[in-house]
Amino acid sequence: MKSVKITMSAIAVLASSAAIASARDYVSVAGSSTVLPYSNIVATEFPANYPEFAAPVVEGGGSGGGLSQFCNGVGENTIDIANASRPIRDGERETCAANGVEDIIEVRIGYDGIVFASDVNGPEFVLTPADIFNALGRNVVVDGEVVANPHTTWAQANADLPDQGITAFVPGTRHGTREVFEEKVLAVGCEESGAKAAFEEAHDADTAKEMCMQVRTDGRSVDIDGDYTETLARLDSDREAIGVFGLSFYENNTARLRVATIDGVTPSTETIASGEYPVSRPLFFYVKKAHIGVIPGLKEFAEFFVSDGMAGPDGPLAAYGLVADPELAETQAHVADEVVMN
Amino acid sequence: MTDATNPHAPAAPAASEPRGARKSLLVLDERTKRRNRAESRFKAYGIGAIAIAALALLLLVFTVLRDGLPAFTQTFVSVPVYIDPAVVDPEGNRDPEEMRRVITTQYAPLLVGAVNNWIEQSGTQIEGLTNRDVASIFSSRANQDLRFRVLNDPELVGQTIDVNMLAASRIDGMFKGRVTEAIAAIDSRTSVAQYQLAHAMQEAGTLETRFNWHFITRADAPDNMPEAAGLGVALLGSLYMMLTVLLLAVPIGVAASIYLEEFAPKNRLTDVIEVNIANLAAVPSIVFGILGLAAFIQFMHLPRSASIVGGLVLTLMTLPTIIISTRAALKSVPPSIRDAALGVGASRMQTVFHHVLPLAMPGILTGTIIGLAQALGETAPLLLIGMVAFVQTYPAAPWDGGLTDPASALPVQVYNWTQRSDPAFFERASGAIIVLLIFLLCMNVLAVYLRRKFERRW
Repeated sequence: MKSVKITMSAIAVLASSAAIASARDYVSVAGSSTVLPYSNIVATEFPANYPEFAAPVVEGGGSGGGLSQFCNGVGENTIDIANASRPIRDGERETCAANGVEDIIEVRIGYDGIVFASDVNGPEFVLTPADIFNALGRNVVVDGEVVANPHTTWAQANADLPDQGITAFVPGTRHGTREVFEEKVLAVGCEESGAKAAFEEAHDADTAKEMCMQVRTDGRSVDIDGDYTETLARLDSDREAIGVFGLSFYENNTARLRVATIDGVTPSTETIASGEYPVSRPLFFYVKKAHIGVIPGLKEFAEFFVSDGMAGPDGPLAAYGLVADPELAETQAHVADEVVMN
Repeated sequence: MTDATNPHAPAAPAASEPRGARKSLLVLDERTKRRNRAESRFKAYGIGAIAIAALALLLLVFTVLRDGLPAFTQTFVSVPVYIDPAVVDPEGNRDPEEMRRVITTQYAPLLVGAVNNWIEQSGTQIEGLTNRDVASIFSSRANQDLRFRVLNDPELVGQTIDVNMLAASRIDGMFKGRVTEAIAAIDSRTSVAQYQLAHAMQEAGTLETRFNWHFITRADAPDNMPEAAGLGVALLGSLYMMLTVLLLAVPIGVAASIYLEEFAPKNRLTDVIEVNIANLAAVPSIVFGILGLAAFIQFMHLPRSASIVGGLVLTLMTLPTIIISTRAALKSVPPSIRDAALGVGASRMQTVFHHVLPLAMPGILTGTIIGLAQALGETAPLLLIGMVAFVQTYPAAPWDGGLTDPASALPVQVYNWTQRSDPAFFERASGAIIVLLIFLLCMNVLAVYLRRKFERRW
C-alpha cells in the first residue's frame, strides 16, 4: 500500500516537474571539441555581461555530431548553435533542409593553427610538409618508383631529421582536424616532394589526389579518436612519438611539449595570422535563424561571441590561442544583419 | 593407497617393508610432505592475490589523493584596487546603462594597476617582469567579480577597495608544486619573473593559499579559468538523479519483486520474466543510454542534459539490481513465518506486508543502496543524453521544475575535466574523484550498517 502511494506521488512530482518545463530560456550549443573551449569562455562571459539572459549550455560531440544534431529540425528540443572546425558540408545542408532547417547563419570566429609536437625532452623537429608526407604517406616515391612507404625512421624520410623511429598520433577521421592534416599537410607535401607527379603518371589525376591524402596503415601512424589529452597521454608513454595538436592545446602544455617548425616557421597566433605558418583552418559556428527571437539571448550571444572584446586580437579567446580573424568587422555586420547562407 | 597416505594406518605387512624404516607418527613421509607443501602453496597464492588487490587499491587511493587533495585549496590575492572612473565609467555620467557597456575583460587594467601599485609600494624588484606577467596574476574570474561589485554599488567608483580574489591557475600551481621554477621557464603561460613575483607576494602575505569551499559549491568554469571551476552543479545534478531513481526504482522494484515472489503463479510466463530480469541486469549500461536517447529525448521530447532524463535512464539500469536483491531478501524469510501468519487467519497481503516485508527490509535496503551507489558512479549512459555539457547555472529546486533544468553529474564532470587542455583541470578531476569516492564510501558504509543492525538470523 505504502509503496503504491509512494509511486503515485513520485510520478505526480515528476509529471508536474515536466509540465513546468515550458519554454527553453537558455541557448543550447553543441559541436566541435576544438571550438568548445572558446564557446565555454564566451558562455561564461555572456551571462556576466548580460544578466538578463540565462547562461548557455555547451556540449561537445565533434563537428559532425554537432551538425547532425543541428540538422535534426527546428524547435525547442533541438540545439540553436552548432560549433564546427570545418565548413558545413553539402550533404549536411541537404539533411538540414530536409528537416526544415532552411536558414543558417554561418559565423567564422577566427583561425586555429595545427601543430606537430613531441616530448619536451626529445630532439627538435624542423619539418616541411614533404617530410611529413614522406614519413606518414601510405605510398611514397623512392628512387623514382611508387612504393608502399618503407621508411621506419625520420632520417630515412629526410637525412636532416633525427634518426628516430617514426610514430605519429594523428587525429582520427571523425575530427575536423584530420581533414586539415590531409589537405594542408599531406596533399601539400605530396606535391612538393614530387610524389603527386609520379602518382599522376602511374594513375589518373583523381586517384593521384586521393593517394596523396592517404595515411600509412602499418601502425606507424596511429589514429586518435579521443581528444588532444589522449594524444598527450600517448606521447607520455611513447616519448619518441610525434603528435598532432591544436595551437591552443599546445600553448597550454608548453611545459611538456616541444613544437616542430613547418617550413622554418614556429607556430604562434602571430605567424598564423600573417599566413607564414601554413597549417591553419577557420573555425565556425552555425546559428539556426528560425530560433532567433524564440530562444532569448540567441542573437545577443552570437553578436557577443564575435565582438571585439571577445574574438578580437586582445580578447580572452586570442589569449587562449584563437587566431583572431582580420575580417572580424565583416563577420560582426554579417551576424547583426542575420545574413543566411544561400 | 590408504596405507601410504595415512600415518595412522595399521603397520604394513612385512613384505612391503623392504626399506626397513618403521613409520613414526612424528616423521612425515614424502607424500604427506608434498600434500602439506601444496596446501601452503595454495595459501600463499591466496595471500598473494589479496596482497595484489590491496596494493592496487592502495596505489589507486594514493594517486587519487596525491593528485586530488590540492584541488581543495586555492590561492587568493588580496590587494587594494583603485576603481578608476576612466575605466569603469568612460562617459563620466555614473549612468548604470552606460557603465554596463564596459564589459568584464575591460576591468583587467584595474587589477593590473593594483598589482603594479603593490610592486611599487613594497619595493619589490624583479628582473624581466613584463606587463603580461603582471596581468596574468589574477584569474579572469576576478574581472567578473569586480565588475559585478562595481555595478551593484556605483558608489565604489573613484574609491580604493580591498579585494580578495582568485589567482590564476599557474600562480596557484606554484604553491602546490605543479609549477616549479624550471617548468615556469619553459611554460608559455607563465615565466620565471612571474614565479619570483608570486613568491614575493606570498612572503608579503598578499597571496594566500587556503581551503576553498567554492570547489564544492560553485559551478563549472571555462577552459581559461580552471581555478574557478567547482562541483556545485554536478553535485546537484547527481542528487536530483539519485532522487529520481529512489522515487521510481524502489517502489516499482519492490512491488514487482513482491508480486513475483509472493503472488505470481509459477508458470512459463513468470519464468520468462525472471530470465529477462536476470538478463537486463547484465546489459551494458551504454545500451540504457541509447534507449534513453531514443525514448525520453527523441520520442517524449524531454530536454537534453536534464537530470530527469538521467534519472529515468539510471532507474531503468538500477531496476533489475533492486528486483534481484529484493527477491533474494524475500526468499530468505523462512516459510514458517508465512505459514504461521496464514495459520492464524491473516490474508496473503497481510502476511506479506505485516510479516514478510519487515523481515526482508534490511536485505532490500542494502540492495537498494548498492544499486544507487552503482547508479551514482555510472557515466556511459549519461554521455548519450547530453549530460557532458558545460552548465553554469544551478538547476532550480525540484518542485520548481528543476528536474528538467540542464545539469551535470559527478562522474561526468570528472570525464569532462580530464578532456580539458589546461593541466590544472587534471588536479580538479582528481579532486572530483575524491568527492565521488567519499559519497560511494558513505553509501556502502550505510548499507553495511543497516544490514548489521537489522539483520535477523534463523
